Amino acid sequence: MSILAYNGGAMVAMKGENCVAIAADRRFGIQAQTVATNFEKVFEMGPHLFVGLPGLATDTQTVMEKLRFRKNLYELKENRRISPKVFAAMISNMLYEKRFGPFFVEPVVAGLMPGTFEPYICNMDLIGCINQPTDFVVGGTASAQLYGMCEALWEPNLGPDDLFETISQALMNAFDRDAISGWGATVYIIEKDKVTVKNLKTRMD
Amino acid sequence: MSYVLCPEIPAPGFSFDNCKRNATLESKGFAVPKAIKTGTTIVGITYKDGVILGADTRATEDTTVADKNCEKIHYLAPNMYCCGAGTAADTEMTTQMVAAQLELHKLYTNRESRVATANQLLKQYLFSYQGYIGAALILGGVDIEGPHLYMIHPHGSSVDLPYGTMGSGSLAAIAVFELGWKPDMEEEAGVQLVRDAIAAGIFNDLGSGSNVDICVIRKGSVDYKRTYDEANKKGVKQGSYKYPRGTTAVLSTKVLDVEEVSVTPIEAERMDVV
Amino acid sequence: MMMQTEMNAYYPDYSTAPIQRQINPYADNGGSVVAIAGNDFVVVGADTRLSSGFSIYTRNQNKLFPMSDTTVLGCAGCWCDTLTLTRILKSRMQMYQQEHNKQMSTTACAQMLSTMLYYKRFFPYYISNILVGLDNEGKGCVYSYDPIGHCEKATYRAGGSAGALLQPLLDNQIGQKNLVKPSSEDLSQEKALAILKDVFIAAAERDIYTGDSVLINIITKDGTKVETFELRKD
Repeated sequence: MSILAYNGGAMVAMKGENCVAIAADRRFGIQAQTVATNFEKVFEMGPHLFVGLPGLATDTQTVMEKLRFRKNLYELKENRRISPKVFAAMISNMLYEKRFGPFFVEPVVAGLMPGTFEPYICNMDLIGCINQPTDFVVGGTASAQLYGMCEALWEPNLGPDDLFETISQALMNAFDRDAISGWGATVYIIEKDKVTVKNLKTRMD
Repeated sequence: MSYVLCPEIPAPGFSFDNCKRNATLESKGFAVPKAIKTGTTIVGITYKDGVILGADTRATEDTTVADKNCEKIHYLAPNMYCCGAGTAADTEMTTQMVAAQLELHKLYTNRESRVATANQLLKQYLFSYQGYIGAALILGGVDIEGPHLYMIHPHGSSVDLPYGTMGSGSLAAIAVFELGWKPDMEEEAGVQLVRDAIAAGIFNDLGSGSNVDICVIRKGSVDYKRTYDEANKKGVKQGSYKYPRGTTAVLSTKVLDVEEVSVTPIEAERMDVV
Repeated sequence: MMMQTEMNAYYPDYSTAPIQRQINPYADNGGSVVAIAGNDFVVVGADTRLSSGFSIYTRNQNKLFPMSDTTVLGCAGCWCDTLTLTRILKSRMQMYQQEHNKQMSTTACAQMLSTMLYYKRFFPYYISNILVGLDNEGKGCVYSYDPIGHCEKATYRAGGSAGALLQPLLDNQIGQKNLVKPSSEDLSQEKALAILKDVFIAAAERDIYTGDSVLINIITKDGTKVETFELRKD
C-alpha cells in the first residue's frame, strides 16, 4: 500500500476565463476508517493564492506551516505579495531539499498572477517536479478518476459560475469512485475581486 | 548562526531529516510512491555547423500521463542546452544548479563556457550521489573548440559521441539515426532526422508521446523550437459537457472580498556623482 | 565439512545456497473496454492497441468477440487468457446450440461465464470481462466481471487499464449521479455513442496503454453494426 493512500484525498484545480478554481474533499481517515469530515487541505497563502496539499495528513499540516513561514519571510524581505509562480518554485525547492527523505504530499497551486490577474495553476510530484499545464491539474488518491473526468469536462474560457459547476462535478463523481476520498467537498473560486468558498452536498460514504 | 536562531532557515544542500521516519513507514509496509519519470525519448546529433537536440514532451507517473507538454530541453548557458530523461525533478534541479554554476564560472573567467566544463560538473555531481539522482542527460553545445555532444548517465559516466539517444524510446530513435546519420549534415536534413527519430520514439514507445521539441545550436546563435512538430492532437470531443447553473448541490457559500492592493513601482534614482 | 550455505559478504557470488527462480505466468497487454446499455440497444467499444511493457505489439487488435447474434464479449488484460477463454466460451455456446436447438440467451451466457471463471479460482484468467447483449425482452444489458467471476448487471461499465479514468464520467452522464436535477429522458443511441467516443478520447490522453483506434459494436434487434473511430497513436 502506498503511503500517499494512508489518509486518502482528492484535489483538483482548473483554469477559467480570468478566474481559477481549486477544490478538495474533506475526509480525514486512517486507512479504511474515517475520522473527520471537516479536514482542511486547501490553504490560503495570499488574497489570490491557494495551495492544496493532498497526501499524508501529517505532512499536509507540516508542509503548510513550513511554507507559510517561508512565504512570510519572503513578503517581509521583498515588501510585496508573493506571486503564484514564485511560490510554486519555492515549494519545489523545499520538496527537492528532501529528495532522499521526501514529504509525502503532492502540492497543487492555484492563483492569479499579481498585476495582470492571469490565471495560474500547477502541481508537483512529491519531490518537487513542477507540471504547469494550460487546463487543469489533479492530485490525491482519486487522481486517475479525476484525470478521466477533467479531460472530458474541461473546456477553455469557462466563466466563474460554469467553472464552479465543472470542477464540482468532476471532483464529486471522481471521489465517489474512490473509497478513501470524499465525505464532503470545498470549492474555492478565485476571481480578481473576490474569492467564493462553497461547501458541496455530497454522498457521505 | 542564523540556523540556530531560526531553525526554519535551511542549510544549503539536501536535507535528510525525514529519512528515519520514512524508513520506519516503509518497514511497516507503506511503499514510497513513485516520482514523476519522463518515460522519454531524447536525442542529439552533431551536424556541419553545430549540434541539434530533440526531445518528446510526455511526463509519466507510473502508467498515467502526468504532463502532456513538458519541457525536456533545459537551458545551461547561451551556447549550451541539455536534454534530460529519468526522474523529472532530478533533471530539472540538476540542470538548474549546473546552469547557475556555469554562469558564475563565466563571470569569474570572463569567457564563454565550454561544453567540457558542463560535462565535468554534471558527471562529478552525479557520480558523488552514486546513481541515486536519476538524471540521464544529453548535453550539447558549441564553444571555441567546436560543437560537442555528451551522453551522461545517472551513475556519472559520460561519453562524447557524434549522435546519441537516451530514455525509454532510445532504441526506436537510434534505429533511425543508424540508418540516416552522416557526418557534416546540412541543418535542414539534420532537423528532419532528429524530428524523425523523436517521432519514432513517440509512436513506438508508450513512455514517450505528444509533441517534438528541437533545439539547434550553432556558433553564436541558438534556435529553440518549442513544439517544432505537434505530432499528436487531442481528439475532438463529440459533445460539450457544460452543466446548467445549479447542477451541483451546495451546502453553504461564503464570499471573501479581496481588497485592492495597489503596487506602485518606484523608479530608482540615479546616484549623483560629483 | 559442512557445505557453505550462507552467503559470504565478501564473495556474494560463491554461495551454494539453493536459488529459487520464479516465472510470472501473466502478462498485462493493456487495453480498455466500455459498454453502455439502452432500452433497446447496447453499445460496446474497445481500443485496438495490444502492448507489453512500453512496447506496442499491434495497433489493430479486435478485443470484441461476438458470441451469438445478440451477445458480444469484450476482454481486456492478459491476451493469452483472453484467447483461450473466448475459444472455450464459443465452443460451449456451440454445444448448447446443438443440444437445445436454440441459441444461448445473453442471461444464460452471463451466468455460464461467471461459473467458468470461478472454475479457475486458484489460477485465474487475468482478464477484465464485459459481456453485453439483448435479453429475452430485447432490452440492453451489460454484465461486468472481476477475474474470478463475480458478475454484476449494470447499465454501463468501463473496464481495463483506463477503467478507473472512465467510470466516473459514465456515472455522471449516464447514471445521472450528483446532479440536482437528473434528466428523466431515456438514453438514445446517438447520445450513448457520443459519450463512448468522448470517454475514449479522454482515456487516450492520460493512459499510455489506450490509444490507436476504437472498435465499436452496436447491437440492436436488427443485428450488430460495427464502427471504428481513430485515437491518438503515441
